[in-house]
Amino acid sequence: MSSALIPQVLALFLFSTGMLMVLLRRNSVVLLLGIELMLNAANLSLVSFAHDLGRIDGQIQVFFVITIAAAESAVGLSILVNLYRNFGAVTTDRARTMQG
Amino acid sequence: MEAQTSNLPLWILLLPLLGFVLNGVVIPLFKRGFALTLPAEAATAATLPIAAAFVCAIFAFMAISHGGPLVITPYKWLAIGPLNVDFSLKIDRLSGLLVMIITGVGTLIHIFSAGYMSHEPCVGRYFSYLSLFCFSMLLLVMGNELPLLFFGWEGVGLCSYLLIGFWYTDTEKANAGKKAFIANRVGDLGFLIGAFILFKMVGSFNFDMMTAKFAEWKATGTYDAHLVMFATLALFVGATGKSAQIPLFVWLPDAMSGPTPVSALIHAATMVTAGVYMIARLNGLFDLAPDTLTVIAYVGAATAIFAGSIGIAQKDIKKVLAYSTVSQLGFMFMACGVGAYQTAVFHLMTHAFFKALLFLGSGSVIHACSGEQDMTKMGGLKKYLPHTHFTMLIGSLAISGIPFFSGFFSKDEILYSTIALPGGHSAVFIVGVITAALTAVYTGRMLAMTFYGQERFSADVRSHLHESPGLMLFPLYVLAILAAAGGFLGVPHLLGDYLGHMPHHLGHWLAPVVPERHLPLMAVKLPLHEAVVMIGSSVLAIVCFTLGVIGFRNKQSLTDYLSGIAPIQKILEHKYYVDEFYAMAILRPLAKLAAWCADVMDKLAIDGAVNGVGNGAKRLGQRLRALQDGDVQSYALVMAIGLAFAMVGLVVLGKSF
Repeated sequence: MSSALIPQVLALFLFSTGMLMVLLRRNSVVLLLGIELMLNAANLSLVSFAHDLGRIDGQIQVFFVITIAAAESAVGLSILVNLYRNFGAVTTDRARTMQG
Repeated sequence: MEAQTSNLPLWILLLPLLGFVLNGVVIPLFKRGFALTLPAEAATAATLPIAAAFVCAIFAFMAISHGGPLVITPYKWLAIGPLNVDFSLKIDRLSGLLVMIITGVGTLIHIFSAGYMSHEPCVGRYFSYLSLFCFSMLLLVMGNELPLLFFGWEGVGLCSYLLIGFWYTDTEKANAGKKAFIANRVGDLGFLIGAFILFKMVGSFNFDMMTAKFAEWKATGTYDAHLVMFATLALFVGATGKSAQIPLFVWLPDAMSGPTPVSALIHAATMVTAGVYMIARLNGLFDLAPDTLTVIAYVGAATAIFAGSIGIAQKDIKKVLAYSTVSQLGFMFMACGVGAYQTAVFHLMTHAFFKALLFLGSGSVIHACSGEQDMTKMGGLKKYLPHTHFTMLIGSLAISGIPFFSGFFSKDEILYSTIALPGGHSAVFIVGVITAALTAVYTGRMLAMTFYGQERFSADVRSHLHESPGLMLFPLYVLAILAAAGGFLGVPHLLGDYLGHMPHHLGHWLAPVVPERHLPLMAVKLPLHEAVVMIGSSVLAIVCFTLGVIGFRNKQSLTDYLSGIAPIQKILEHKYYVDEFYAMAILRPLAKLAAWCADVMDKLAIDGAVNGVGNGAKRLGQRLRALQDGDVQSYALVMAIGLAFAMVGLVVLGKSF
């Protein structure tokens, strides 16, 4: 296994973990954590590819992702607070009023 | 001769349109309502433009008598690939004559209408339709392109519909308008088919190009004879619709429910002769199709005798004149069918004079009798309506073919043409002679029942009896002069020699457009000398007219003489049951089909399809809403699966990435 592959495998692992958290856990705090994990997995992948290929654009991309992720978690947390106020809980199975 | 560019055709065309705009738009806008126009205002706004158009027509007529045709092409109308249609107007010898008739007789009838319609409400509407009619009819004869002719053709049909149904609150009259419109649609389909075939063959709709092409075909013989025959037959179907020939004549008698001046202008003098005009205009084409000409001659002859025999048993004065018109149109088609186009145009002209006169005269009678049209309730009106009687007498003498009145010259020329020209048929001649005799009888009968004998009207009518005002008598007298003397424009060769070598003016006049046919002194189809035919038909006309006048002075129907012919009389009174036959053979099956469409087709197929689509969408939605369970995570799962598929797809399919 070449040294370039190790961070990518780690990124894959992190991403899968984050995705499973989003898909399986009912608690929306954990949901947000999962999203954050996926974003950082993508960051890791980008940084390592940039390093291996000797290019700077992947690293720059990561800064943007971090910025957006910060904004996203701020919005996400405020949604979460409102979710708690309206439904008395933060689990997703309580907020199913949009059922068709 | 070289064509001259002139604005006159445009003036002649647009002046009646101005009358239409005045009465249809401007005056109602000022008065803030359509029914508020005063009769005098409406009549002035319509009559002055048409009279001005008549003055322009006189100038145009003088211009073309010295030089070539007047042409003007204000703009290009259509340009689609090989189809180029200019908005091009042309006054040549043929259309010039018709323009004179339309504007001249039109002006007289406008003046008559001013008197006749003075007691009516909504006169503005009446005069706007009348002006629009004049515009359409002028476009029909002046258009130098077949589509322009068709434009006018449809326009006059529309105006005819509007004017027949002028008193639209009476359902019967409104239905008569619809009948005219629908019968004309059948003919128009034929016209269009013929026009398209013609375009396919010639490659242009322009009449000049067409005429040149027809001459070339005739010289070289390089044309598809079957196609020409089919095109001419299709065009003739169009003519049977507009000119009320068998089988489409049924609308014209019903069209009499319109105001009487309308019957005079549209259903006697101008519109119904459009078919004859069209055939005369395309005479080069019709000459190439001898079989079609035979059909035209026989259809014309059949229509002439058919309608003439119905005319003899009718009680309504306008119905008599209506069937007489159909019969006279049959005469014109007989002339076209034997190749005597100039004679057809000659009869068109004289007929325009005497039939317009007779219709206006009948209008004057009806006006005097408080709207009564039944001749069995008239009689003895001569004393009360001396001027109307005098002018109608002249009209009757003219239509009956009494020597030296206009109808004598044109009718005699048609009769002789049917045996003297190489395209003639002796059967058509015999039918023509019988019809001429019938014409004299029913005209005499109409005159006698209206003006002579005992007074059969009620005391109430008598108290209102009055001779028409001068406004109505003036057109009558002008038309009476024309009906009496108009025939001298076409004096036959035989008589012309005695009258100081008087030529056939009309034939010479039309020669650049319609080939002049010289009739031999000895007929070719039957061994008859021209003088024999002329004297024979004159004697016949005089005898039959006298019989009609004397015989029906105090009797109203043929059965008063021969009780044995009561069944025939009944058939004639019911117009050979043609309307009933059409109702049974065409209308009732159509109505059944329509009912089937409404009850079965519409309810099952159309409604089923429409409702099915709606119900299907509803049911599908009910199934699909289960997917929308409101759980964010299941949405996320579906999204993840979709993304996974997209990625796999990209890797498998898009190796080039």
